[in-house]
Amino acid sequence: MPEIREIAEKVRSKNAGPFWLTVDIFCGSDAAFRQIVDGLSTARVAQALGADEAVLKRFDIAALNVIKISLPRPVIQGAPEDRDMHGAAWANLVAELVIN
Amino acid sequence: MTRILIPSGALGLGYDRAALARGVAMQPDLIAIDGGSTDSGPSYLGRGVSKYARSSTKLEWKGLIEAAQAAGCPLAIGTAGTCGADATVDWLVEITRECLGELGVTAKIAVIKSQQDAGVVTEAMADGKVTPLPGAPDIDAGVIESCTHIVALAGAEQMAAAIATGADIIIAGRTTDTATIAALPIARGDHAGAAWHGAKIGECGALCSTDPQSGVIMIEFDAAGFTVHPLADGARATPRTVLAHMLYENSDPYLLHEPGGHLDVTGARYEALDETKVRVEGSEWVPSERYNVKLEGARVAGYQTLIMATLRDPRYVENARAWIDDIRTQHAAKVADRMGLSEGDYTCELRLIGAEATLGDLETQESHAPELGVLCVVTANDQAAANEIAKLMNPYLLHHALTRDEEMPTFAFPFSPAEVDRGAIHGFCLHHVMELNDPMDAFQLEVINA
Repeated sequence: MPEIREIAEKVRSKNAGPFWLTVDIFCGSDAAFRQIVDGLSTARVAQALGADEAVLKRFDIAALNVIKISLPRPVIQGAPEDRDMHGAAWANLVAELVIN
Repeated sequence: MTRILIPSGALGLGYDRAALARGVAMQPDLIAIDGGSTDSGPSYLGRGVSKYARSSTKLEWKGLIEAAQAAGCPLAIGTAGTCGADATVDWLVEITRECLGELGVTAKIAVIKSQQDAGVVTEAMADGKVTPLPGAPDIDAGVIESCTHIVALAGAEQMAAAIATGADIIIAGRTTDTATIAALPIARGDHAGAAWHGAKIGECGALCSTDPQSGVIMIEFDAAGFTVHPLADGARATPRTVLAHMLYENSDPYLLHEPGGHLDVTGARYEALDETKVRVEGSEWVPSERYNVKLEGARVAGYQTLIMATLRDPRYVENARAWIDDIRTQHAAKVADRMGLSEGDYTCELRLIGAEATLGDLETQESHAPELGVLCVVTANDQAAANEIAKLMNPYLLHHALTRDEEMPTFAFPFSPAEVDRGAIHGFCLHHVMELNDPMDAFQLEVINA
């Protein structure tokens, strides 16, 4: 069972303003896109990011072979308990998910 | 047709001078650059300061003033000085005066201020004119009053008003990332959907191309669409790189909310014109009934002191989690005993660098590092309390033993004094929009001859 990181070209995450986080999975090919879309449930992404599935917005963008997931930032950017000011490290949690 | 030359994603990041000169030779109608965003955190808005070095800002800005003079077009910057508070606008105006003096030229400068008076925002809230956006924290008048700075994000209307003064240089406080670019094509009657979409694609400079670091791009707007043209040697825009940029720092890849409406790119078509240029048509601007501007605010969220140690003894590295758990309990008891503070009065985090400092409880990987950093972050209501709490932590990080019957260990401290004052830390507390009757209601436009 491969990790997303082994199939996708790139996984990145970034703030979308101080209150939102967005994760982009660049699959790199139609086949990889299909494999990840089919094998990755939104619930598992939510769990990996410590978020409530109901608040996740997911866009499967076939034209780009990209899966985009946006969610309210689990910690507001710059709050004392925020450990990642730009939100870039969260991508690793998604990249390391195993595809069914 | 309107040509806008964008030197880079932000003033302070640097730009390719040869590519800029190429753009100047193409006779742009405007050189537009962004001066900041919220991306570096709340401290900049909280304090009203720039994140970039003054020396870089001045050098780059002077180069852009020269470029605009050579092109015979105006130069515009939005979100001056990272956060776009009045103090950072004034800072850039001062830098501009120095640049003009050194260049031996004069210029007409239009200045837009975006900073908001807390009383005005509180009143607007009482009138039901302030609405939370998804994910916004709860606020009341007290939260608004406690902000050290509040800014409203100007849109195309305010930028257009500044451009219409005939100024050579436009320095704006907080604007949306796109407004500085979108304003002129809209004012000249180019396609509104294309204006906003092209502005979004261009706002980070060449980030929408195959060579993201190269900075300089030209966007050409007309009645039907826009064309993206990267100007650095070897940089190419492809339908894919352009389309992909709609994803960047944007929670919805198809929609972008702006003052006065939203951009919908669902129907956009992307076509390669040649090896380097991309043509985009079909984006739609949907005006809204109300004219809303987004608010950003930051306030003091506490005072911080850091203290750090590193563990290199393999036994302590292996048992680090148990070690910090034990320290946490004993330290909390000591803070209660010595200072009478309970855990609701302050926070004291111990983060294990090399194991979980980045992701905390969400980390899934085991650490196999030969050493671990222990970063203690104390946040309290005033600096003296934060320092005191950190000093009570000091003996634990230096000498705390895993068991009682072993010789007292000593760990590595990288600094003396061990405690590092961080001063006031700030927090973002507004994620709201404010309705205006007239777009200029919340903004001040002033013209200076310098």
